[in-house]
This record gives sequence, structure tokens and C-alpha cells, in this order.
Amino acid sequence: MLASIIASGLAVGAVYALIGVTYNTMFSASRVMSFTAGQLGMLGGVFGSLFVLRLGMPLVVGLVLMLVCCAIVGLITEFVAVRPVLKSLDQHLYVLSTLALALMIQQVVAVEWSTEPQAFPRVFGIGGGGILDEKFWLPVLTCAAAICALELLYRRTLTGLAFLAIAEDNFAARALGLPERNLRMASYALAGMIGGLAGFSGGQLLLAFVANGPLLNFYGFVPVALGGLGNNRGAIVGGFALGLFQQAANFLVGGIFASVAVFILFIVVLLAAPRGLFGGHLARRV
Amino acid sequence: MALSSESAAGAMQEKSLAGVGSWMFAGPLILIFCLALLVPFVTNDYWVLIATRAAIYWVLVGALNLVIGFAGQLAIGYVALLTLGAYSTSVLVAGNVSPPVPVFAALAIAGVAGAIFGVIVGLPALRLRTFYFAISTLGFATIITQIALAWQSVTGGGIGLPGPEMPAPFHTHGGFYFFCLAVAALVTWMTANIAHSRFGRGLIAVRDADVAAEATGIRKARLLMTIFVFTGASAAIAGGLFATLQTYITPDAFTFDLSVLFFISILIGGRGSILGPLLGTVILTLLPEFAAPLAAWSTFLHAVLLLVIVLVAPGGIAALLDFGNRRALRANRTIVPKVDLVGRLLAADKAKSGIALRGVVLSFLGVRAIDGVDLDVEAGKIHGLIGPNGSGKTTILNVISGFYSPEAGSVALGGEALKPGDSESRASQGIARTFQTPRIVGEASVLQNVMIGGTIHGQSTFIESLLSLPRHRSDERKLRSEAMTALSAVGLESLADIRADRLQHSELRFMEIARACMARPAFILLDEPAAGLSADEILRLGQFVKAISRQGTGVLLVEHHADLIFDICDYVTVLNLGRVLAQGTPTEIRVHKEVISAYLGG
Repeated sequence: MLASIIASGLAVGAVYALIGVTYNTMFSASRVMSFTAGQLGMLGGVFGSLFVLRLGMPLVVGLVLMLVCCAIVGLITEFVAVRPVLKSLDQHLYVLSTLALALMIQQVVAVEWSTEPQAFPRVFGIGGGGILDEKFWLPVLTCAAAICALELLYRRTLTGLAFLAIAEDNFAARALGLPERNLRMASYALAGMIGGLAGFSGGQLLLAFVANGPLLNFYGFVPVALGGLGNNRGAIVGGFALGLFQQAANFLVGGIFASVAVFILFIVVLLAAPRGLFGGHLARRV
Repeated sequence: MALSSESAAGAMQEKSLAGVGSWMFAGPLILIFCLALLVPFVTNDYWVLIATRAAIYWVLVGALNLVIGFAGQLAIGYVALLTLGAYSTSVLVAGNVSPPVPVFAALAIAGVAGAIFGVIVGLPALRLRTFYFAISTLGFATIITQIALAWQSVTGGGIGLPGPEMPAPFHTHGGFYFFCLAVAALVTWMTANIAHSRFGRGLIAVRDADVAAEATGIRKARLLMTIFVFTGASAAIAGGLFATLQTYITPDAFTFDLSVLFFISILIGGRGSILGPLLGTVILTLLPEFAAPLAAWSTFLHAVLLLVIVLVAPGGIAALLDFGNRRALRANRTIVPKVDLVGRLLAADKAKSGIALRGVVLSFLGVRAIDGVDLDVEAGKIHGLIGPNGSGKTTILNVISGFYSPEAGSVALGGEALKPGDSESRASQGIARTFQTPRIVGEASVLQNVMIGGTIHGQSTFIESLLSLPRHRSDERKLRSEAMTALSAVGLESLADIRADRLQHSELRFMEIARACMARPAFILLDEPAAGLSADEILRLGQFVKAISRQGTGVLLVEHHADLIFDICDYVTVLNLGRVLAQGTPTEIRVHKEVISAYLGG
């Protein structure tokens, strides 16, 4: 049982961590938390199943098309729900505008795709359903690969440094002449792809299911809240910790109590450490 | 005799004016409920059911309006409390866990459960804002549905259980409708009472100007908790009624769509209004009846509406109906304070001997903003605080008013140390302040903004305000007349009913001073009150500040206008780089060599 807990815990933890990174990527570029982060995870699974199983495309083509579609959803988020409300960030209108967009995405999927969970294709076909099955290690592998790629991007490329610059100080970055708007759009496209990858890699575990949207919105945000806004390392640690905790509770006391336990943990930790366990300093108010 | 009849006439005029205002507010609401009474007589059972549904939704939305519309807390998962109420009532009446309970007792118990869970769901709002709070209410909504599905022995799981049946005379469609309508009217009345009390004004202050709210002594945590108790109870009772309306409940009946409907009703209606969200609820409940082919897309439509409201018309229906505030204001307004009214405003015993700072140190990220400052503000004196930008003037004000805790040193009032960082207690200890950029509630009237300043003098409890008992009404009368006096004193009485965000910058500065005076403070801290004022206005401001100090109130004045400082101050402190450069009378400072070279120039 311990092996199952660890295998499934790490797998869902990886998905949560990637959704957390999606939240962070959007936040770093715009100081906005978007409700579309979880929906992107859901879309990764739905697009994968749509392209590969329903339309019969080769897996690689399906993967690339899924990434393109999710990047476009990311761009739409930026254009429709984020850019118009950036002027008045202090009113927190983005909570409502991104929620509206997330609900639209969810409703379109529910009506045009299905409200029932649909099968997701095998990727490599390795493992016979045991704890070494690809559905358990694929998300972990994807998460590790995505993190390495992001680190390379942020540390080794000029574009990546520009991303970090606008995340650190938006005004200063603009004053230096960085194309802040283009970088923001690029970040949202990138976030879209990360979210899509989360859903795709976890597709065999979570299936192509519309209800994954709100679920991932919540479980993907928990690591962000625990790790501190914009802190990717915090989100990864938080994601895996959440996955293991949730699956342990799931196996030991049953699914419902696992959800309740996660919820209580979330509230208690946030009340104790509002800026997360690895949180930064508080902004000045007066 | 003549005098008393004159004041009586004045009081009557004031009363009738207030009367007109409250009729303008209550009239449309009463009209809607009167029309609702006619529904069973002019339509069939089907429409009575729809109208019952709207009434039940309003029981929840009306209370939730205080959380979302007034306090600005984005609670998007309130279907959770509807679910909780529906299941509690049904389970209690069915007798699944206890001997069967009568319907009304079950409703009451559900209300208590709702109040408790309302507080639990609301807890995150105390420390976290917006997205965190939104997500946690969302998480709660998901969990409640999962519990309803899984706890089969009690809730019947996916199969569900029958809703409670009402006893006669409420067992018929019509009878139940009138019952729900009565509950809805009661909730409307209670929320209106709260909206027009210091609690309601406290909520909008927390929403739009939380720093000013703290400085006026509004206890945010206590206030929000009280509101969550009320809203949770109302939502759970609405749930009980909802279960009766459905006759049979399953977890499927409580989709997230309902949550969306609830908070979109409020946003469409407009923040801080009661009529708007009521219309929003009615419209959204009726909409599917007229757009039946679109039923599958109802959530999509709601989402589009939400996006449109946020991006295009953030004021909602209430802003569209606010005709009074469309009339153009007179241009070239001048502010003429009535200095002789200051005495009526601040007349109170001033026993406090003085504010004393000793060796106060505070740094931000390694930079010492203030570095060992000693400062004394005496009662009835004007103490000027000047210095170049970044010399620590505003930081000192923030330390005194408890927004920052100093790393070293002490702040005392009348010989007693002030608790560091406890900004909410300063107003009741006799310290009021204004801000460098006016912190105001733009969507509320000027009068309401000023009344916020008198929060600490309110006597009535939340329950008394909820039920509009005598103490609440006398509180309101007193606050209103004091606020009018304060507005007359600063010369803004003609703008009392205008939305505050339509005022000029200089008028907002005087409005903030009026608000600060409402607390009848022993000390008043003014942060650059003359910034943005014309030369004439600065002169009048000077006279006004002098009048304040003549009442025994000590003034700490941060200013850049050297003329004003030297004109009215009794004592001046000059700061440079967080240290005191010089202290003395204006005459001494004016000729102080270092001050001239560091700051005054010349």
C-alpha cells in the first residue's frame, strides 16, 4: 500500500505542481492569479483525447496540436480577461474576469465534448497497470523536464532574463525599454503550454474530464499558496507534498475525508502563514 | 420661546429631509414587494413556483450582498451554505440522525449551522484577500457536495432525500410563496438597516479604504465575522426553503451554476446597493423562462454577463439608476470653512497631556527611515513637521497611528505607552488622522464618508441595528447631525449627498479633515493637507487648523508649504534623513543655518 500511495501521490503531486507553475508563470508576468490555470490542465487532457483517440491523429501530432491550442487559450486569457483590468489591479477585477473566462471554457467543453470522463490514450505503452505503469511516472518525468526547461530559459537565455526582469519590477523593466506587453503575452502562451502538459501527462490518471477544471484550480492553487506567490520551487515542493498527503489520506481514511483534510490543511496553513511557507515580504500599504 | 420653536423647525426640516432620502431608498423596494404580493392572483401555479424560487434566492443573495457588495469579499462558493441548509433541514425533518424535528425548528437549527459554517468559510477573509478567499469558498463548495454524495446513510447519497413539508397554512403553493416572500422582505429590511448603520459604512470602508477604516477604529475582523454569521444563517435558511421548494433533493441540485447566479446577481445589481442586486436576482431567475432554448448554455450566458459587467459597466444596475449623481456639479466651487462651528464639533474634555516619541527607530529593508527620533505633540498646540522628501515625516505619522511598529523606542499618549502596530485602537484613544492621498469611499456619498469618522461613538450593537431598535435610530440621528455640522464647518455642506469620487481634490482634503474631526480626537495628525490646494484655500485651511487647536486638540502637521507652517505652528521639528535636524519655535527655525541649507534654501 505504501508503494501505491507514493506512486499515485507523486503522480498527482506532479500535476498539481505543474498547475502551480502555470499560476506562477501568469502571476510573474502580470501580478494576476487566473482561474484559467486549472482549466488549462483540464484542456490538456481533453485536447489529447480529442486529437489522438477521437480524431485518430498520431500521438506526437496530437501533443503538438494540444500545446498550440493551450497556448492560444493562454493568449486569449491575457487578451480578454487580464489586459483590460491591469490598469486597476487594486480593485481585483481580474478575479471576476478570469473566473468568467474559466466558466466559459468549462461550459463549452461540457456541451461540445462531454460531461462524462472520457478515455485518454496510452503514450508509450510501458507498464502493465502496476505501480511502475507509465501513468504514474509520466507526470513526474514531465514535471521534471518542464522545470529543467524553465530553469534553462530563465537562467541562460536573454528572453528568460527579461521575463525575470518584468516579474521583479514591472515599471523598471519598462523604463529599460523591455517590450513588457509582448513578454506578458509570451508568458501567458508559455503558461498555457505548461498547464496543457500537466493535463496531458496526467491524462491517463485523471482522464479527459470536464470536472477536472475546478478541481485542478483548487488543488493547483494549494501549492502556490503554500509555496508563496510566484515561487516555482515552493510550488513544486508544495505540489508533491500535497499529492502525497492527499493520496495517503485517500488510502487510509477514504476519498471524502482526504478532500476535507486537504481543505482544512489549506485553511490552517494560510491562516498561520498568509504569504506561504516560503513567502516573501509584505508590500507597504500606507 | 422663539429660539426653541426655531430649533424645532430646524429639526423638523432635517427630519423631513432624511425622510425624503429614505423614501427614495425604500420606495422602489416596497413597490417590488407589493407587485410580488399580486403574483398568485394574476398568474398560475407555475409562475408562483418561479416567484417562490426568486424569493428564496433573494433570502440568500440579499444577505450575501453585505459580504460581496458592501464588504467587497469575493465569496463565490456560497452554494455550499445553501446545500448545507437544505440537507440539514431535510435530514432533521426526516429523522435520519435524530427523532424527527418540526420544520420550523429544523430551519432554526439549519440557520445556526449555517452561521457556524459561514464563519469557518469566512475565516480566510480576515487575513487574505480576493483570490485566496475566492478559491477557499470554491473549495468549500466542492467538499460539501462530495460529503452529500458520500454520506449515504444520512443524505441518501446520489439518490437523495425528500425535502421537508411545510405545515398548514404554508403547505400550498400560494401559502409557501407568501411565507418565502415574508422571509425575503424580512431579510431586505434587516440588510437595509445594516447598510444604513455604522456597520454597513464600516463594510464599505473596509472594501475601498481599509487603511482609513483602521484609522477610524473600525474593527475589521469582528465586523466581518458578524456579517458572516448573519449571511451564513440566512443562506442556510434559504437552503431549507429551497429543499421544500424542490420537494426532493440530490447533490446534483446544487451545482456551481447556482453560486455563479448568486454572485452575478449582486455584481449586475451594483456594489453597495440593495435595489440593484434585488433586480439582478429577479432578472436572472426569470431569464431561463424566456430563453428556454438556451438552457444548456445558462452558465455560459452568466459568464458572458459577468465579463461584460466587469469590463464595461462595473457600476451595474445601481449606477444606471443613480440619476441624482448625473446632474453636473457647479464649476468653480470655493470652499469656505465656518471656523466658528469647530467649537461645536470638537467640544469634549481633553485630559490627554500629549503624544511623546522617544528614540523611535524604524528601517525598511535595511534603510533607516527614522533613526532615533524624539518628538512631543502638546494638547492645544500645532506642531509642524517639515523636511525634504524621504526624511521620514509620513513614517512618523504611521508609527504614531499604529500602522508600523518601531524597532526601538516608544510612543506614549498622556504618559501611557501606545501599543505598537495596533492601528484599530488609535481612534478610541483619541488620535485621528488624514492621509497624503485622501483615502475615501468613492462610491459613497460625502455625508456617509464623514459619518464613517464617527464609528467609535456608535452605541448600538449589531442586533440593535439589524432590527432598527431605538438605540440604533438615535445613533444614526446623532451621527448624521454631527456629520452635517462637520461638513458645514469645513464648508462642504452643499455637497453632502454627492458621490465622493465626484469631488475636487481640494474638497476631498477638507472632507478627510471633517471625517477625522468626527472622532472628537484629542490629537489630529494631518499629512500634507495643503498639497494641491490654491493659495486662498491654504489660508482658510490655516485658519481652520488654528481653530482646531484652540479647542484643545493637539495637531501634528506634516507640510511642505513653509509659509503655512511658519504662519500657524507653535513649534516646528525639522527632519533630515530620518533624524531631527532642528526643533524650536518658527522664529528660531526660520533662521537656523542648517535648516536653511538642507531644506528651506535661500
